[in-house]
Amino acid sequence: MTGERLSGAGPAEILAVDGVSVSLGGRQILDEVSFVIGAGQFTGLIGPNGAGKTTLLRVILGLQRPTAGNVAVLGRPRSLRAQPIGYVPQKVLLDPDMPMRARDLVALGLDGNRYGLRLPSKERGQAVGEMLHAVDAERFADARVGNLSGGEQQRVLIAHALISRPRLLLLDEPLANLDLRSGQEIISLLARIAAEQQIAVLLSAHEMNPLLPVMDRIVYLAGGRAASGPAGEVVTTEVLSRLYGHHVDVLHVHGRVLVVAASGDDQLAAVPLPTAEAS
Amino acid sequence: MHQLYAAVFEPGFFASVQVHVAVTIGGVVAVVCAVTGVFTVMRGQSFAGHALGDVSAAGGSGALLAGLSPVAGFVGLGIIAAAVMDLIGVQRVRSRDMATGIVLGAAIGLSALFLYLTSVTGATTGAVQQVLFGSIFTTPSGTIPIVAVLGAIALASLAAICRPLLLSTLSPDIAAARGVPVRLIGVLYMLALAVSVGLSSVATGAILSTALLIGPAAAALRLTRRVGRAVGLACLIGVLSTWLGVLLAYDSYYWGSSHDGLPVSFFIVAVIFVTYLASGLPALRAARRTGQPAAPAPVAERDKIAA
Amino acid sequence: MFAAGFMMNAWTTATIVAVVAGVVGYFVVLRGSAFPAHAIPKGAFAGAAGAALLGINTLIGLGVFSLLGALGIGAMSRRGKRDVVTALTLVLMLALGAAFLSRITEYEPEIYSLLFGEILGVSTSEILPVALLGIACIAAIAVIYRPLMLASIAPEIAEARGIRSHRIDMCFLVVLALATTMTVPVVGALLIFSLMIGPPAAARSLTSRPLLAMCLSVVIALVTVWAAIAASYVYNWPVGFFVGVFGALSYGLGRGWAAWQRTRTTRPAGLEGALGH
Repeated sequence: MTGERLSGAGPAEILAVDGVSVSLGGRQILDEVSFVIGAGQFTGLIGPNGAGKTTLLRVILGLQRPTAGNVAVLGRPRSLRAQPIGYVPQKVLLDPDMPMRARDLVALGLDGNRYGLRLPSKERGQAVGEMLHAVDAERFADARVGNLSGGEQQRVLIAHALISRPRLLLLDEPLANLDLRSGQEIISLLARIAAEQQIAVLLSAHEMNPLLPVMDRIVYLAGGRAASGPAGEVVTTEVLSRLYGHHVDVLHVHGRVLVVAASGDDQLAAVPLPTAEAS
Repeated sequence: MHQLYAAVFEPGFFASVQVHVAVTIGGVVAVVCAVTGVFTVMRGQSFAGHALGDVSAAGGSGALLAGLSPVAGFVGLGIIAAAVMDLIGVQRVRSRDMATGIVLGAAIGLSALFLYLTSVTGATTGAVQQVLFGSIFTTPSGTIPIVAVLGAIALASLAAICRPLLLSTLSPDIAAARGVPVRLIGVLYMLALAVSVGLSSVATGAILSTALLIGPAAAALRLTRRVGRAVGLACLIGVLSTWLGVLLAYDSYYWGSSHDGLPVSFFIVAVIFVTYLASGLPALRAARRTGQPAAPAPVAERDKIAA
Repeated sequence: MFAAGFMMNAWTTATIVAVVAGVVGYFVVLRGSAFPAHAIPKGAFAGAAGAALLGINTLIGLGVFSLLGALGIGAMSRRGKRDVVTALTLVLMLALGAAFLSRITEYEPEIYSLLFGEILGVSTSEILPVALLGIACIAAIAVIYRPLMLASIAPEIAEARGIRSHRIDMCFLVVLALATTMTVPVVGALLIFSLMIGPPAAARSLTSRPLLAMCLSVVIALVTVWAAIAASYVYNWPVGFFVGVFGALSYGLGRGWAAWQRTRTTRPAGLEGALGH
């Protein structure tokens, strides 16, 4: 079953995923996933745990070779000399002994891929300070990155990714480590910066409700297949049932969206997903 | 005052040519090892750093047998081994250690063969001791230029790749996303490590090569939060430990009644060990104050298995 | 090859050593403890030098230093990084060894045999102590088998069950020290390591079932040692050389097999429901 593209892309095309399939160890993880993201578009990559979101992100980054299909960033396939992508992974195992303050990590975002030594400069320090301020990480700017909490690390990694002014920013489950308020702050921050700098943002999450206010488009991943488009068009009973391969109901309750699976022929089991799934 | 001076510096210390050589070579080696060591400890590759020392020793024995320059043997086999280790090991720490272990095992086997052949062909006696426990004091001064040049090459390479290396150590995925050739950087680092360890093994022996690589760097990393400072601090600790060790070794000849002295490697290692333990004190004190455990170390070295 | 008495001793002792190396080595590979497995025997070698200096049995020196090494690594691992403390403990012991050696004059041949083993020179009287120590090692592993497996594979679950990872780690290091002591005189401080890495790593490439892997590990270790003895007998080169090379070969073959298996896997690609993988 091919991926469904329900709306055309408007602005400049930043990321084009075309017919990507990945099968690992005999299991089909992704099946002909296709979608397009344009500049400044905030896209949520939604799907239950294990749906293949991380795999898809890794394919886009070039870290995982797809069994079929291809990925183009700014019109060019992924390669070493291609445009750098900003990436915020889900977890970075940081050693408490790592000699790096949060400030230094963000500074590496500016020129971590350049060779040779460099002298410290005022402009660089200023840029780093501004970025730290933007993500509200000034309190712990001088702490060792290995000593930061999950949420604090997340902010620093986001600052690191943003400071290089990428055209495309990928975030793998950034909300998993954050409390609700911090999560909302991060989302509004990302949405604002994405709009200001016309960055294409692809943010994966298993819970779509926090993103509904800012998402331009959604890529919903289930059963290895994907449907993409504006949330209102994708998150419907018909589309999702087709994706999942069996009947699911999409309910709107108090301004939130619930996807509920029916199990058995005549019973409606209240197994709401993805809301109820623990990370 | 004069008595204190005489007690600390036994007669002839500053005049002795041997001491000059030891202080110079020791100093150069300490600096090269300290800089390389900071990255080595950060990347958790102390085993590779030590293993390359043993491999270099095998190369040294082989070179002796073949009549080649020992330096060529030490550094040459080290480079080959480093490349093989990188080839068969992958990113995961545990697989990397296995790869290191296998290469080490093969190299030790070679060592056994070379040393056996050396004894059979009636070459130098004491070859085993020399290769394994080689000493600063017996290194000819002619090796200083070679050591310095090779060391400079290793340091220059590390300086050139230090930022991508740091980024890929932090997170290979983020680095790859930024366009860093992670695999290549890793190989270049291993080659720099092989050269550093090779030259330190030939100049100061296998024991000191590991001690100077790991000890000062590990201590410095515990004491400071910035890479640049860690490198500087490690160099300082390394050089001072070496010089203090040389002094103590020289003085030890005047201790006791037998006037035998103890090997310089023993003193340098002892100083480094004590320094490392001392570097843990600030964290311990801070932990006691806040009532939290100090930086918890992972008990099993295994890491997560990727899906 | 089988007629001479000393050869029979060699085969017997080698068999015992291979069994112990195969079993203990399985956990070395499982826990990623390659460095301690190299460092403890090497440090033990320094202890043997010290014992020679004092004129006592080298086995005692080996035992004391391997134990000190194990305890040192275990204790310092609480606050330091594992690989760093292993390296520093090792060099400290080696430095002590250098100090001991500087006081002894005629030691050369013994150094060689302590480092690379003198399996062809094992006397009949030495077989019994080696066998007893070997049994002690295997018994110790059997006693802590379940907590050790759990702590090695899933430390968080083990902690939840009340198994203190640190204690188990210490126990394992002590068993490693014990295994070292009994095998160093036979295979040498540097080569026991090859037997504890290559064969078990190969076994784990072939299967992931623990007991089967352990048995395979023993089998491969036996084959390695026997082949090394035979080759040494035929070519007159040191046993150690062949142990190192064959150990690496077995690892390579294991990896090759595993890679070949992966390319062969063509299970039908089935679409699985997104509900729970």
